Amino acid sequence: MKLRYLLPLGLFLVMAVFLGIGLKLDPHEVPSPLIDKPAPAFTLAQLHEPQKTFSPEYMKGKVWLLNVWASWCASCREEHVFFTEFARTNPSVNLIGLNYKDEPAAAQQWLAKLGNPYLVSVSDTEGMAGLDWGVYGVPETFVIDKKGIVRHKQTGPVDSTILQTVIMPLIEKLNTEAE
Amino acid sequence: MKKLVLCLLLLSQSIHAEIEIYQFATPELESRYQTLTEELRCLVCQNQNIADSHAELAQDLRRKVYEKLSSGESNEQIITFMTERYGDFVLYRPPFNVKTLILWLAPILALIIGGFSFWSLLKHRKNEKIELSASERERLNKLLQTKSDKQ
Repeated sequence: MKLRYLLPLGLFLVMAVFLGIGLKLDPHEVPSPLIDKPAPAFTLAQLHEPQKTFSPEYMKGKVWLLNVWASWCASCREEHVFFTEFARTNPSVNLIGLNYKDEPAAAQQWLAKLGNPYLVSVSDTEGMAGLDWGVYGVPETFVIDKKGIVRHKQTGPVDSTILQTVIMPLIEKLNTEAE
Repeated sequence: MKKLVLCLLLLSQSIHAEIEIYQFATPELESRYQTLTEELRCLVCQNQNIADSHAELAQDLRRKVYEKLSSGESNEQIITFMTERYGDFVLYRPPFNVKTLILWLAPILALIIGGFSFWSLLKHRKNEKIELSASERERLNKLLQTKSDKQ
């Protein structure tokens, strides 16, 4: 048997491997261009005290998490359990909530009912801060370092495995970095 | 029946609410708006552009495009604004760079490989000499003979 008769089979196998890998990829996980870039600025009213504002600048020198959530989002409810547990067991972690395109009243009610793991939540009623952060599917979670650089983005709901194996080790690593 | 009419009325209102109408200062701005919204991908329903998508994100992005066009920004500035936030994925026509090298070159490569194989196959065929055995030649002659007899 000549080698060239095996060529189509070889090509087929190579293609099959590539297509197989392609099947396993999640097209909804779009890599964020924000990674290793400065956190986009915004100044928004706080959810619970609208007369006060919050801006990412206030967090300079601290490692913090920005969790984008909404009361209308079903998978936010799913991940909320893990965040409340996470905040309870790791009180030193700075978790900020960006309440994305939501009614402040509905959002407050949601937190009152399910527990509030956030240090502060801000109201992005128009979704324009979310747009600057490249939010396209809530929930999304960003990890920001002491210098105010975005270091990680999690698209979709987190669970205890992601929190324990990805988010927490990264926070610990970033905590050791210089300001 | 009354209920049905009411339902239909309510439904028609909600459909109307989804279409936003923008007023453009010039027809040129409007056509640029059409081009841009057709070239930008909606990240929620990924096989639609933002012109066709009813997703809230697409509405927000259309609004951004409109605002930026009205404030005199160029197409390039708007595209940069989008890719800074959503990456190259937001573009239906991805730029040519190291990451997209395979994407852009694969079709040309496939054409070259295919063309080359076809060419070598043809060349191979041409060079093949068909040798007939004595009995085969005799049969061939006979066949040709009968055919010319019939004509």
